[in-house]
Amino acid sequence: MADIAEIIAALPSVTKVELEHGELVAHADRAGIATLCEALRDHPELRFEQMMDLAGLDWPQREDRFQIVYNLLSVSLNHRVRVIITTDEVVPVPSVHTIWPVATWWEREAWDMFGIAFSGQPDLRRILTDYGFEGHPLRKDFPLTGYVEVRYDEERKSVVYEPVKLTQDFRNFDFVSPWEAMTTLPGDEKAKRV
Amino acid sequence: MSLTTSSDVIGKATPDQVMAPATKTVEIDSHSINFGPQHPAAHGVLRLILEMDGEVVERADPHIGLLHRGTEKLIEYKSYIQAVPYFDRLDYVSPMCQEHAFALATEKLLGIEAPERAKWIRTLFSEITRILNHLLNVTTYALDVGAITPSLWGFEERETLMEFHEAASGARLHANYFRPGGVAKDLPAGLEDKIAAWASTFPKFIDDLETLLTNNRIWKQRLVDIGIVPAEMALAWGFTGPCLRASGVPWDLRKSQPYEMYDQLDFKIAVGRNGDCYDRYLMRIGEMRESVKMIQQCLAKMKPGPVKVQDNKITPPTRAAMKQSMEALIHHFKLYTEGFHVPAGATYTAVEAPKGEFGVYLVADGSNRPYRCKIRATGFAHLQAIEVMSKRHMLADAVAIIGSLDIVFGEIDR
Repeated sequence: MADIAEIIAALPSVTKVELEHGELVAHADRAGIATLCEALRDHPELRFEQMMDLAGLDWPQREDRFQIVYNLLSVSLNHRVRVIITTDEVVPVPSVHTIWPVATWWEREAWDMFGIAFSGQPDLRRILTDYGFEGHPLRKDFPLTGYVEVRYDEERKSVVYEPVKLTQDFRNFDFVSPWEAMTTLPGDEKAKRV
Repeated sequence: MSLTTSSDVIGKATPDQVMAPATKTVEIDSHSINFGPQHPAAHGVLRLILEMDGEVVERADPHIGLLHRGTEKLIEYKSYIQAVPYFDRLDYVSPMCQEHAFALATEKLLGIEAPERAKWIRTLFSEITRILNHLLNVTTYALDVGAITPSLWGFEERETLMEFHEAASGARLHANYFRPGGVAKDLPAGLEDKIAAWASTFPKFIDDLETLLTNNRIWKQRLVDIGIVPAEMALAWGFTGPCLRASGVPWDLRKSQPYEMYDQLDFKIAVGRNGDCYDRYLMRIGEMRESVKMIQQCLAKMKPGPVKVQDNKITPPTRAAMKQSMEALIHHFKLYTEGFHVPAGATYTAVEAPKGEFGVYLVADGSNRPYRCKIRATGFAHLQAIEVMSKRHMLADAVAIIGSLDIVFGEIDR
C-alpha cells in the first residue's frame, strides 16, 4: 500500500495522499483530473482499469462546495484508490468518459443530483429525476420533501404537477444534546491537574 | 435515413429534351420504438428508446429513474439504524447483501467488529440471498426467452429460501436483519438443521434446472454468441460480478478482498470464456453450486455465541434486561430515538452482491445521521452498456441481453 501511495503522490496534480481506515485517498486538482486518471489507468504499477463509482458531495459552507469522489479499482493488481477533487456550482470538471466509458452515467447522475457540470461530456442529460425536473435534489439546500407533487386529475384526465402541500410540517429533530455537545465543561481542567 | 440517387441525365440533356431532374428518394425504414416502461421483459420500469433499422437495433437509449425514490437523500435524514431498511428496498431480490455493505461500512467507521457467530450468520445468509437472486434471474430470464417451466420450478425453491429469511428476520423480503454491530437476532432453534436439510437436496434441483436449459437447443440458439463482451470492454464499462467473470476475468471480491468469513471457506469461482449471454447464464448456475457448498461449510463451522457487539450504545439490550435494568431501558430509548453517533470519516466499502460489486461510500460528520451515503448500484453500470451490447442485434436479442445482465430497478434508480 505504501509504495502505491508514493507512486500516486508523484503523479502530476496530486496534492495529498493519505490513508483513511486503511483505504488510499488522493486529493487532486480539478484541472488535471483527466490526465491524472489516464495516468492512473495506464501506469504499469497502478493499472486502475475500472472506475467503480463517482460520488458527489455537497458542503455548502465551503468555498468550493462540491467534492467529486472517484472510486477506482485495479482488477489485475487488486487495489483501490479514491481520488477527490473539488468544484463549485459554475466551474466545470473535465470529464473522464474517454478514459472509462462507464463514467458517462456517473457524471450524468452527479449533474442531475448536484448540478456539477462536466466539460467534454457530450451527453449531460438528467438521468434519475423526472422529465422537466428543476433543481438538484441532493444539494443540502434542497428540501427533503421537494417542491412539487404529482397526482392524477380526474377532470383534466392527466397527471398534474402541483406545489407540495404538507398536512403536517416537516419535522427535523435536533439530537445534539446540550451535555454531549459540550466536549469541555467548566471545571474539566481541574480533573487533569494532579 | 434517406438515400438520394441523382442520375447524371441532367448534364447531358439537350434543350429540346426538357426532362424533370431524375431524383429518386429511397426511404429506409428507420424508426424509434418505445420499449417499456411497462413491458414484462424489461425487468421493471426500464424505458428503452430503440432506434431500429428494420428489426435490427441501431441505437438503444435507456431512460431510467422511473423508480427513483431518493434513497440517498432520505438516508441523510435518518439515523444509521433507520437507514438499514432502505437497503432492502434497493435490489429487492437480494436484500441482505445490500444491508451487508452498509453494516460493514458503518462498522468500519465505528471501529467495531461483529462477533464471530454474527459473521457466520451473515456469510450464510449472503449465500442464501445469492441463490435467491440467481434463481430469480435465471428462471425469469428463461421466461423472457420463452420457457415457462423453469420459473414455475424455481419459484417453489425460492419460497423455501424465503421461509429461511422469514424464520431468521421475520420478513420474507425486506429483512432488515444485518445491522451495524451484528445481526438483529440469533437464528431460531432448528433453523440450522432445516437449512442443512435443504442444502443437501438443492444440488439435485440445479441438475434438474440444467436439464431444462443448459443443453436446450432453443435456449442455446437464443443465448450463444449474443451480446458478446470482451474482457477489456467489460472492465471499461465497469462490469462486476457474474457479468465480468463471464468475460474471462477471474475477479470476485469474496476471493480477492475477502470480507466476513469468506477467507475461511473453501470455494471456487466460475469464470467464463466468451462473455456472451450463455456464459453469463452459466456463471450463475456455477455460483449457485458453489453457494450451496459454502452454506454447508458455514453451518458446519458455526458455534453458539453472541450475535451482536455487547455495547448497548450501538446494539439494543435484551428485552429481559429492560424489565430489570433502568440503564438498559435508557439505552434502548436512546438507541431508537437518537441512534448512535459515528465519528467523522469516510469509507468506501464494497461487497460481492449477487449481481456484482455493491458499494457504499459512507461519509460521517460525527452526528447520528450519515452526511452522505452514496450507493454504488451494480446494475447502473451494467445497464449503461446496453447501448454497445445490443447494437446491430435483433430486437429479440436485446431482450436476451437485458435478461442476462440481471437488472433490478430498485437498485439502479435508488
